[in-house]
Amino acid sequence: MKDLIRKLVETFGPSGFEDQIRAVIRGEVEPWADELRVDPLGSLVVHKQGGDGRRLVLAAHMDEIGVMVTHVDEGGFVRFARIGGLGTLTCVGARVAFEHGTVGVIGIEGKREDTSKAPKFEQLYIDVGATNRDDCPVRVGDAAVFVRPFAVQGRRLIAKAMDDRIGCAVLIETLRRLDRTPHDVYFVFSVQEETTLSGARTSAYGIDPDLAIAVDVTTTGDTPESRPMAVALGKGPAVKVKDSKMIAHPAVKDLLVQRAKEADIPFQLEVLEGGTTDAAAMQLVRAGVPAGCLSIPCRYVHSPSEMVDEEDVENSVRLLLEVLQAA
Amino acid sequence: MEVIPFLKQLSEVNGLSGYEDSVRALLYRTWDPFVDEVREGKLGSLIALKRGAGPEPRPKLMLAAHMDEIGLMVTGVEKGFLRVTQVGGTDRRVLLGLEVIVHGQRDLPGIVATRPPHVLPEAERKKTVSWDRIFVDVGLPAEEVEQLVAVGDVISIQRDMVELKSRHVAGKAMDDRACVAAVTLALEQLAGVRHAWDVFAVATVQEETGLKGAIATAYGVAPDMAVALDVTFGKHPGVAEVDGFPLGEGPTIGIGPNFHPKLVARLREIAKAHEVPYQIEAVPGPSGTDAWAIQVSREGVPAALISIPIRYMHQPVETLAVQDVERAGRLLAAFVAGLEPDFLERLTWDTTAESE
Amino acid sequence: MILKELSEATGVSGDEGDVRAVVLGALQGHVDEVKVDAMGNVLAFKRGTARPSTFKSGRRRLRVMLDAHMDEVGLMVVGHDSDGFLQMRNVGGIDPRLLPGTLLRVGPECIYGVVGIKPVHLLREKEGDKVPRIEELVIDVGAKNKDEAKGLAPLGTYATFATQFRELGPTVRGKAFDDRVGCAVLIELLRGERFRFDLHAAFTVQEEVGLRGAQTAAYAIEPDCAFALEGTVADDMPKDKDVSPTTKLGDGPALTVMDRSFIADRRLLRLLTSTAEELGIPYQFKQPGIGGTDAGAIHRAREGVPSVTVAVPCRYIHSPVALLSLDDFDNTVRLMRESLSRITRRTLQREKGG
Repeated sequence: MKDLIRKLVETFGPSGFEDQIRAVIRGEVEPWADELRVDPLGSLVVHKQGGDGRRLVLAAHMDEIGVMVTHVDEGGFVRFARIGGLGTLTCVGARVAFEHGTVGVIGIEGKREDTSKAPKFEQLYIDVGATNRDDCPVRVGDAAVFVRPFAVQGRRLIAKAMDDRIGCAVLIETLRRLDRTPHDVYFVFSVQEETTLSGARTSAYGIDPDLAIAVDVTTTGDTPESRPMAVALGKGPAVKVKDSKMIAHPAVKDLLVQRAKEADIPFQLEVLEGGTTDAAAMQLVRAGVPAGCLSIPCRYVHSPSEMVDEEDVENSVRLLLEVLQAA
Repeated sequence: MEVIPFLKQLSEVNGLSGYEDSVRALLYRTWDPFVDEVREGKLGSLIALKRGAGPEPRPKLMLAAHMDEIGLMVTGVEKGFLRVTQVGGTDRRVLLGLEVIVHGQRDLPGIVATRPPHVLPEAERKKTVSWDRIFVDVGLPAEEVEQLVAVGDVISIQRDMVELKSRHVAGKAMDDRACVAAVTLALEQLAGVRHAWDVFAVATVQEETGLKGAIATAYGVAPDMAVALDVTFGKHPGVAEVDGFPLGEGPTIGIGPNFHPKLVARLREIAKAHEVPYQIEAVPGPSGTDAWAIQVSREGVPAALISIPIRYMHQPVETLAVQDVERAGRLLAAFVAGLEPDFLERLTWDTTAESE
Repeated sequence: MILKELSEATGVSGDEGDVRAVVLGALQGHVDEVKVDAMGNVLAFKRGTARPSTFKSGRRRLRVMLDAHMDEVGLMVVGHDSDGFLQMRNVGGIDPRLLPGTLLRVGPECIYGVVGIKPVHLLREKEGDKVPRIEELVIDVGAKNKDEAKGLAPLGTYATFATQFRELGPTVRGKAFDDRVGCAVLIELLRGERFRFDLHAAFTVQEEVGLRGAQTAAYAIEPDCAFALEGTVADDMPKDKDVSPTTKLGDGPALTVMDRSFIADRRLLRLLTSTAEELGIPYQFKQPGIGGTDAGAIHRAREGVPSVTVAVPCRYIHSPVALLSLDDFDNTVRLMRESLSRITRRTLQREKGG
């Protein structure tokens, strides 16, 4: 699975610019799909026909956070806005890459009033090696992502865009290993989760499922002086009870917990106080959809080096298979 | 039905956003005799249909009051103490020393723990306690707590309703159980009455966490028109005159972009005709109620809002005048009874001709 | 000039009747069907000329939604004090710094009202730096006591800026260019020749309080793609730092790539930019990340609608008097007309294997 994960995390795909990552995922899933389509906003939907059981949606988002050019100044330096929930602390000194290869460095204004406080986005800029406005290789509207190669350290996997390419990897692997299922299953690789959750929302509308489960990352409380949080790396996939925009349907939460217990898969229960997932959007589609989320514990979320645990990833696949294969 | 005992029942039953089972069961039993059908929506809202008289297709009116209340949820278990977060807009300022019920493997009475003021630094004593310093204590040994309570378990506020003077009552969850009571009174009054429209009385879920039940049920029911009932700010010291309404002077009727002006006008006419005292509430933007969600469901739904003033909103001493609940119920019943089969055609915009 | 009538009409979110009347009048004879829906949106339909194909996907004509919102930001009366002054709250986003000293029109009779504050001569030190909050401001209509005030402007009465439209040669100024200029562009497009596709125009309500009318209109129309037409921020005054002006007057229609409400569909952006480049129509990209428009609601309707926003740059758009360039207006109409005449199903196709 590591090769798959590497391929996914290193592909360009900020919110709104998912063409490349969609093509890569499409290549990975096409042989296993009964039906496949791309919906109006660009989400990739894979249908795995099972029996007459419930219609399920499993969703992971293809898009990653990034930056977008807002202005090119006289000197060829680039001002930018964030795409998704990026913070300035992770930007300073970062290396970014644009869609067609241009590379840049994020610099910070020296003349800041209070250097002890975190900078604002207006105090940052990207240096793409231009000498003036006219020879700048990028223009307003162009998007870039962090550059950081995939690395393995023991059981830990580290890269940018684990949020949520690791979720995509879990879905792809689940699809590959899925033998038979009594349910009618749709794997949704959604767009624009980091900005508006619009991809999952509209895909779920089109599918009209009986139940929906998002597969995304969640933060942990196991690093030095971290804010209290009950999830830790390596202790198993997390079953989400609540996040900032959603309360998981108790039946979906219980389903995940039950299957994990029956199959002896380690799991954790999760309450996330800052952040949400595609499940929050899918829950409100049409007359309502019982929804929940299977979370992959991840340290340093929304930084260029997000870290997950290999066994948590493997156990996530196993748990999803249990959910899909049982009635 | 006796209003005060019913209000007491409604106030004291526990039903946090997302975990409304007990309230739903109570309402199912209560509404069943007054309506033709009762079912559960996909997210757990209770949807009761009282059919109108007359030939099909009949126009559909949706009445909505939310059955969920705010509370807490366990985020961690540390040395037998429970870390918590809010479910809905629970007010930190009223938590210290509060009695709660932790819904673990079984219901456990608990207290929101507080450190004694004499050990706190001066500066801390002067500030409201922050969430990461709030713990719940169930008074059991740590190992037992770990067996009985898990991350994600919900915690309800424990508070009996009391009667104050002037026929005021105070308790938790009057937001929005007071309006659920008003809808119930209306259903009771309509029991023997012929009305033209189909009435869907909906006790919505998860209003406090994002109007979710309203979004889902409005889509599912697809009404032609809707009236939501929620609470509004009662006047008391600390609330400016422009922001609050006196108790005992009747429910408020909302005006503003969230509400269809002709529907509002009809409610006012009915109130005048039936001598139901009411107050006008100007709402310049989002009303923060189920009406806001219902209005933009599908192709749009003409909506209105009737509100019962309560003091101390989101605190376990929410206080209201029982007469206001009764009046809201009467107003609703009279409104439904008076709805002509073609009322929808009168809900045009502007008086000038509108289409070619 | 239709923009003058639109600008001077009163239409705060929830009270768009006057604007509706102007729009309905302007559309007469130019569209096949028009109706006003439950929210108050004006939905107009202009049939396309293309003959539907016999292939399954092409059996109905392409359906394009064009949107512009009729409402403007304004004020609502929420209380009356014992001296006869009106207490107000904003409807939609208003910068309270702009209120002191303004002239308003209040209520359906459009009586005049003024907003004044403590005179500068009476200010204590540093008081002049403080921004009055809307809760501290009142409207004076000349009432002598609370009862008179209630009679003249009962609870819920709307108030707008009393700005008159003026032509200044190459530019015009007035209130509510956000989004009466979008409505004017849309009316111009509807008054022109039919397109090949079925055109659904939505003059929406309540954008300023949450993109409300657009949400229900998009649900009803179910378009294949959508264009929101707006008036947008032009912040091209001199500044100390070399930063984005958001848009510049004179640089042509501004295209949104990304704002706080949505990300534009790249295929529609390509259609617009390639048309502009081919025909030499000036255009600019609006500074990404600023503001939100009806496209934010439309793109999320049902199964999703590829969308883009095209806007006329307006200086001081958030104030009682905005300014725009007639050249920008004409170029916006032109870019829209030319791009729309080139749109086909091919426009919305994706790269193979993508």
